[in-house]
Parts: sequence; structure tokens; C-alpha cells
Amino acid sequence: MTDLSRFAELKSDFPIFQRKIHGDKDLIYLDSAATSQKPYSVIQAMNDYYTSGNANIHRGIHELAEEATSNYESARARIAKFIHSENPNQLVFTRNTTESINLVANTWAKSNLKSGDLILLTEMEHHSNLVPWFMLAEEKCLKIEFIPITNGFELNMVKFHGLLNKNPKLVAFTHMSNMLGTINPAEEITRLAHDAGAMVLIDGAQAVPHFSVNVQDLSADFYAFSAHKMLGPTGIGALYAKAELLETMPPFMGGGDMIRKVTYEGFSTNDIPYKFEAGTPAIAEGIGFGAAVDYLETIGMNHVFAHEQEITRYAIDVLGSVPDLKIHGPAADKKGGVVSFSFMDVHPHDISQILDAEGIAVRAGHHCVMPLHRKLNLPATTRASLYLYNTKDDINKLAEKLENVRRIFS
Amino acid sequence: MDDLYREVILDHYKNPGQKGHLDESDFTFEDENPLCGDFLHIDIKTDDKGLITDAKFDGHGCAISMASADMLLESLIGKTIDDAKQLNKQDILDLLGIELSPVRLKCALLSLKVTKAAVYELDVAGDELME
Repeated sequence: MTDLSRFAELKSDFPIFQRKIHGDKDLIYLDSAATSQKPYSVIQAMNDYYTSGNANIHRGIHELAEEATSNYESARARIAKFIHSENPNQLVFTRNTTESINLVANTWAKSNLKSGDLILLTEMEHHSNLVPWFMLAEEKCLKIEFIPITNGFELNMVKFHGLLNKNPKLVAFTHMSNMLGTINPAEEITRLAHDAGAMVLIDGAQAVPHFSVNVQDLSADFYAFSAHKMLGPTGIGALYAKAELLETMPPFMGGGDMIRKVTYEGFSTNDIPYKFEAGTPAIAEGIGFGAAVDYLETIGMNHVFAHEQEITRYAIDVLGSVPDLKIHGPAADKKGGVVSFSFMDVHPHDISQILDAEGIAVRAGHHCVMPLHRKLNLPATTRASLYLYNTKDDINKLAEKLENVRRIFS
Repeated sequence: MDDLYREVILDHYKNPGQKGHLDESDFTFEDENPLCGDFLHIDIKTDDKGLITDAKFDGHGCAISMASADMLLESLIGKTIDDAKQLNKQDILDLLGIELSPVRLKCALLSLKVTKAAVYELDVAGDELME
């Protein structure tokens, strides 16, 4: 417990918590699954690049260009190490998780899947791990089927076994659900998929920020995540992939940096990962992404996860005892720091608006998982999502201010 | 906050006079706000002089969107279809009597969009109907 006591002080590392909401209210930020707040160190790293290190990378023989290249590539190496990638060159920078998934759909999947091939997704996927596959399926006449969820909000592994008999070519699933909080057994799913001859893509947008991810232990073929949900800036994310896949996949976008040689007759591609990184990238953001990983490493992902588990258990206890409140998601030991709920038949927009007046930021709506809401027969939900800077006191304030909703609507 | 959820809005939300369906209607339309999943169906009935004799809505959504639908339809009874065609954003804001942020404005104006698509007998409702 002593290890976790330092989390009470973490808000002071994040400048945003100094501002007030609606005049004089402290910010109670419970929307980190949408995007996390940023510590000073990340903002400073990006600021330093622009104020004293600005130059383009991978070109130019001058001190600034060399420094910028080295800072950007050092960030890549630290991020690759953070997810235990074999090698930094297996980490492709993208704009975000969505672009990482689109990259795989438009390169590996487009060149390897053919008419009639089956892709397995799950019923708890975010739109970013649905729509790219729908688009590709339409173009290439692929089939898509879904691993259902159980009444306990977990993946139905029995049904998954059955679906594997249909010989899927790809299994793409979220490591942790952004609505239910369910942490899926990624290692087991990957092993079973591989045994059935399928490739595996894991959407790690809600996982990498919150617990230690080891892509080698998982044996993931593709692993996608975003910086902005893990204390880093928007506009940059990453795709990890096995080296032999990256080597044989066709390029994604064309332009500078992704080429080895260009003639009037054509081009040849650069080495990995640059082959997938056309044009000047988000340099400041890459450097900020590296600083975000440094911050998380300093605290330690095991501590981050332990703290979030403690706050999540507390949130489930406290909110679970609020009359007329129903939590949608699995038991506390099966989930990360996401608590979606319905309260008194009041629409989540109204709940969110009333909480906002007290400085409490939650998400209201379908959280980009419309099919799952439809399946659960919920037009929308209210979601409180937690991160390392949240405290039990934040949960107490949420529960207390929900009583304002009750007062207005009863 | 208590301004936004003032008594008259909550009253229309909790006890909507125009909620339901019409067995026979002359104008009908339904649409949703993809941003939040709010859904609204509207039925309008007119007499042989073109006067609106009844109007009902059904759907689900936040207090602002549902109260706005109830207030709007209530105000249309006894008016003409031409009156309904002339409706604009300000009419809805006047009915609600509150200030709204851009996001909540969409909640309030779903009823305007669906009503105008109904009376103009459109197949698809565009956002310009909310102006």
C-alpha cells in the first residue's frame, strides 16, 4: 500500500488540474478512456523540440536535423521496449490506433485475403476495429463473424472454439473493452487462433496505457495503440508487427521517407519501419510519446495497474450501492478502470451535463461501440474511466453529485 | 444548471402530452442523432383546410430533445403546414427558453429537423433543416 500512496500526489504533475471548471469547480476528470491528460514532462519535451530542436528528420546533415532524428528514433526505441518488441524497427509510427488497424487492413489483409475468407471480430469491438474490416470485406467479398459475449460481459470462449472450426484467416480483437472494461485473455485467444492457422491483430488502445503489455509473450502478429490515451499527445500512435510480416507487406502510403530509390520508371521501398512512414511524420508528437512512456516507466506499469484496480474496485463498490444505478460490465477482477452505468432511466447526456456543472467530466453516449449498445439494448450509457491520477475522492464526488441528477429528475 | 433543467422543460419531459403515435397521419418522419443515438418519430394529422389537428412523437433521448419535441408539437396544433415549414432554430430556442451549448443544440433541434422533413415530405433529413 505504501507504494500506492504516491498516487495521491500525481495530479500535481498534470497542469490541467490547476484550472477550474465553470468558474470555481475543481476538475474531476473521469474520461481518460477518451483521452488522457498530459504531464508537464510530455508538454515540455514537445516544447523543447519546437523551441530549440526543430528540424526535419532522416535528412539534412546539420546539427539540428541530426538531433531531431536521434530524439525521434530514441522515442521509437523506448516505446518499442515498453511493449517488449524484439526490435525498434518493428514499431511503425502511425497517427493512432485507427490508422494502425487501417494500415494492416490495406496492406497485409488486402494482399493476403481473398474472396470468401473469414475474419473473426468480437461483439465488443470499437468502431475502429469494425469499420476498416467492413470496408475491406465489401471490397474483397470477405466474410465477417463475431465472437459473442456472455451474460457476464466476457468473450464466450466456447463459441470462439466453434468459430475457429470455420477456418478464419484473421482474428482481430480488443485487449480491453472501452465500454465494459473487460480485459480479454489475449494470450489464450492468440494461441488458439494461431493453432487454427489464423493471424492475430490486437487493438491495445485501452490496454497499453494501463498495464504491462508484452507483445512477444502474447505472440501478437499485429498490435495497435495510441499515444494520447497513455499521457502522450494526439496525432501519433503505433503499430507493432512481427518482422517477417513487415518485410513482406506492401507499403501503405506513398511519398518521401518510405522509398529507397525513385526513378521516372518507379520506386523501391525503404527498410522497415520506414517503408510504412511516408512523408514528414509527427516529430514533436513522437518525442512527446517517448516522454509519456518515460513517465509511465518511472512509476512502473505494475503500480499503475494496481492503483487502477484499487480505484476500480472502490468505484464499483461505491457506485454499486447508489440506488437506481446499474453498472454494465464484468466483475472487478475481470476488468480495467472503465465503469459504464445507467442511472434512474435518465439519459446519459442529462447526467453528464449535470455532473459537468460540478466540474466532473464523464463520457455520455455510445462511446463508439454502437453495435454493443444495441445488443445490450442500451441507447447510450454514462462512462467514468479512470487513470493513474484518479483517486477515491474523485469517485466519492461522482457518487455525491449523482444525487443532483436524482434531485432534478425525481 | 437549474436553468437548463427548469420546471417547464422537466414537466414536458416527464409528462409529455404529445407522446404516442397517430393511427392515421398525413405527414410522418423519423430520424436519429448518430452522435448520441437519440431517436425521434413524428406523426402529423391535418384537416381538409390544411390545419394541424394532432401531432404525436415517440422515441428516446435526453430531456432536452424529448421536451423540445413535446413543446414543438403542442405549439403546432391549430397551425398550418405552411407555418410548420417556416419554423426555424430560434422558434425552438424561444419555446425552450434556455441557452444551449453547440452539442446540446443538436439535441434540441432534432425535433425541428424531423418535423420539417415530415412536412416537406422529404426522404432524407439534412442538417440544414435545423437552421
